[in-house]
Amino acid sequence: MSKRIDVKDLNVYYGNFLAVEGVNINIAARSVTAFIGPSGCGKSTFLRTLNRMHEVLPGARVEGEVLLDGDDLYGSGVDPVAVRTHVGMVFQRPNPFPTMSIRDNVLAGVKLNGKRISKSDAEGLVESSLRGANLWNEVKDRLDKPGSGLSGGQQQRLCIARAIAVKPDVILMDEPCSALDPISTLAIEDLIEELKANYTVVIVTHNMQQAARVSDKTAFFNIAGTGKPGKLIEYAATTEIFNNPKVKATEDYVSGRFG
Amino acid sequence: MASITTTARRSALTRNRLPRYAIWAAVVVGLVLGAALSTLVGFNPFGWGVFAAIVFTAVYVAWSGVVEGSRKAKDKLATCLVVGAFLVALLPLISVIWTVLVEGTKGLATPGFLTTSMNGVSGIQDNESASDGTKVLGGIYHSLLGTLLITLWATIISVPIGLLTSVYLVEYGNGNRLSRGITFFVDVMTGIPSIVAGLFAAALFATIFGPGTKTGFVAAVALSVLMIPVVVRSSEEMLRIVPNELREASYALGVRKWRTILKVVIPTAISGIASGVTLAIARVIGETAPILVTAGFATKINTNVFADWMSSLPTFIYTQILNPTSPSNPDPSLQRAWGAALVLIICVMILNLVARLVARFFAPKTGR
Ligand SMILES: Nc1ncnc2c1ncn2[C@@H]1O[C@H](COP(=O)(O)OP(=O)(O)OP(=O)(O)O)[C@@H](O)[C@H]1O
Ligand SMILES: [Mg+2]
Repeated sequence: MSKRIDVKDLNVYYGNFLAVEGVNINIAARSVTAFIGPSGCGKSTFLRTLNRMHEVLPGARVEGEVLLDGDDLYGSGVDPVAVRTHVGMVFQRPNPFPTMSIRDNVLAGVKLNGKRISKSDAEGLVESSLRGANLWNEVKDRLDKPGSGLSGGQQQRLCIARAIAVKPDVILMDEPCSALDPISTLAIEDLIEELKANYTVVIVTHNMQQAARVSDKTAFFNIAGTGKPGKLIEYAATTEIFNNPKVKATEDYVSGRFG
Repeated sequence: MASITTTARRSALTRNRLPRYAIWAAVVVGLVLGAALSTLVGFNPFGWGVFAAIVFTAVYVAWSGVVEGSRKAKDKLATCLVVGAFLVALLPLISVIWTVLVEGTKGLATPGFLTTSMNGVSGIQDNESASDGTKVLGGIYHSLLGTLLITLWATIISVPIGLLTSVYLVEYGNGNRLSRGITFFVDVMTGIPSIVAGLFAAALFATIFGPGTKTGFVAAVALSVLMIPVVVRSSEEMLRIVPNELREASYALGVRKWRTILKVVIPTAISGIASGVTLAIARVIGETAPILVTAGFATKINTNVFADWMSSLPTFIYTQILNPTSPSNPDPSLQRAWGAALVLIICVMILNLVARLVARFFAPKTGR
């Protein structure tokens, strides 16, 4: 469980458009890393290259290396589907499968892959994943009801439960709280704290306080202007980024003077 | 207007309104004047209806214009036009159903109509029943069976082809040249006259199995030529509205693309796909021309679609009307034809109902 990520000279393209340029970053295992930066600077784009979700879009491609505990995700012969079982993802908008019950949503990673699982193992996995996502107590009486009948915050935690049910090494979260109220947000932040014990967590957020609260290290991305590629400007311990950043742009951004 | 007389102060927000009875008064005026006007040109119920509608609209709108002002009057005029257009559109449908019901119930109610075929029924029997007033012999069992079997086989052929095509278009095509070509030809196929589809199937089987090959299966192939484009179109639309987020959620769990399509995309869209298929069946079940040239017209029960001629409800109606079993006494044939038409309409209605039920049954469940 829990692997480190090392990115070397990564360029990310949409067709001919260079969206993110020259990213070098080392993310330690069992840590929470926050990506911050103005809209359109390529945080989501970069995040999606960490589990090869980027190439799902037509024309999208990547240059450079992403090492997961030393293994290149983009090496030849690597199966992107296998990569995604190691690196899970939670999206900005909660997206439970509408045709499935809460239980089946949690088991989706197992069932959709056609793996056999005994009934008792399945029950155990559902309970441990839902407990892991702080959702068990709210849904334990209605596991057979559709997942889309939950509130937005509950749906998002269901998606987190679904992601941890496949037992990944890394969990990527793209603005997981942007559609949630402060209480659900707190529930998810608490959850991220707990997930840190077993997983490497990377989270994109527009909320400075959130980045400050949950993350060990913070990466600031910026963009020089429209049509220009986004770049990693500064990457350091979260306290350092927020208290004495080395780069002027970072200081301006975290102090709210721009972006 | 009681409310105005009882309240001392008039609200600044209210306007003059037509009294409640205005619409009924206008209806009465319309009916009376309409009757009068239509007698001027020679009374008949149809003319009465038309004149009544015109007079009603004029009276109602003018009255509203005087009392309520021009904006309300325009609103009432538009309402009258819309309702009128709706009634005009509904008229043919109701009249068709009415005629078929009136003409067809006698045939359908004849004992044995649904359970016997035309085997052994000839002009002699028809002449007897016409002259003695005994019950009309012969029924549509063979045709009903043929219709069901031929449409079943057409569905078996069309649904996999159509569904796979639409999956290719939506999930793999990405607007490349092949998928644009397919879309173009599907559009062209949608407009193919059904007789051409029948000729195509007949010619295809004639080249493979020798001339004159007429079986239920050839008819099924002809119908599937008509059905496939409808299935492709409707399933394509349904697959396209499956949100991309669901596909990405599935990929992010490490699920392969084909499994994602099979277990996430298609189940999410299944209600729309299934009702699209049912409507496609309803569309081809009444086809006559392609079946005439591919399955011939049988009078015997034939349960094997791969051998011998087969009857179907539309071809049964066609032959009964055009070549009555007894040329001197066409009435029994006419009665059977109307009965078959009624059964056909009932089939189509059932299919439409099934489409709705299917859509509701498969729809993604929401709520708690
Ligand atoms: N599917 C796509 N095709 C082409 N260009 C894209 C696509 N998605 C994003 N981009 C471009 O890539 C750049 C980075 O976008 P990205 O979504 O990564 O920004 P972001 O930092 O996540 O912004 P936000 O904070 O608003 O979510 C933008 O210029 C955007 O227009
Ligand atoms: Mg984003």
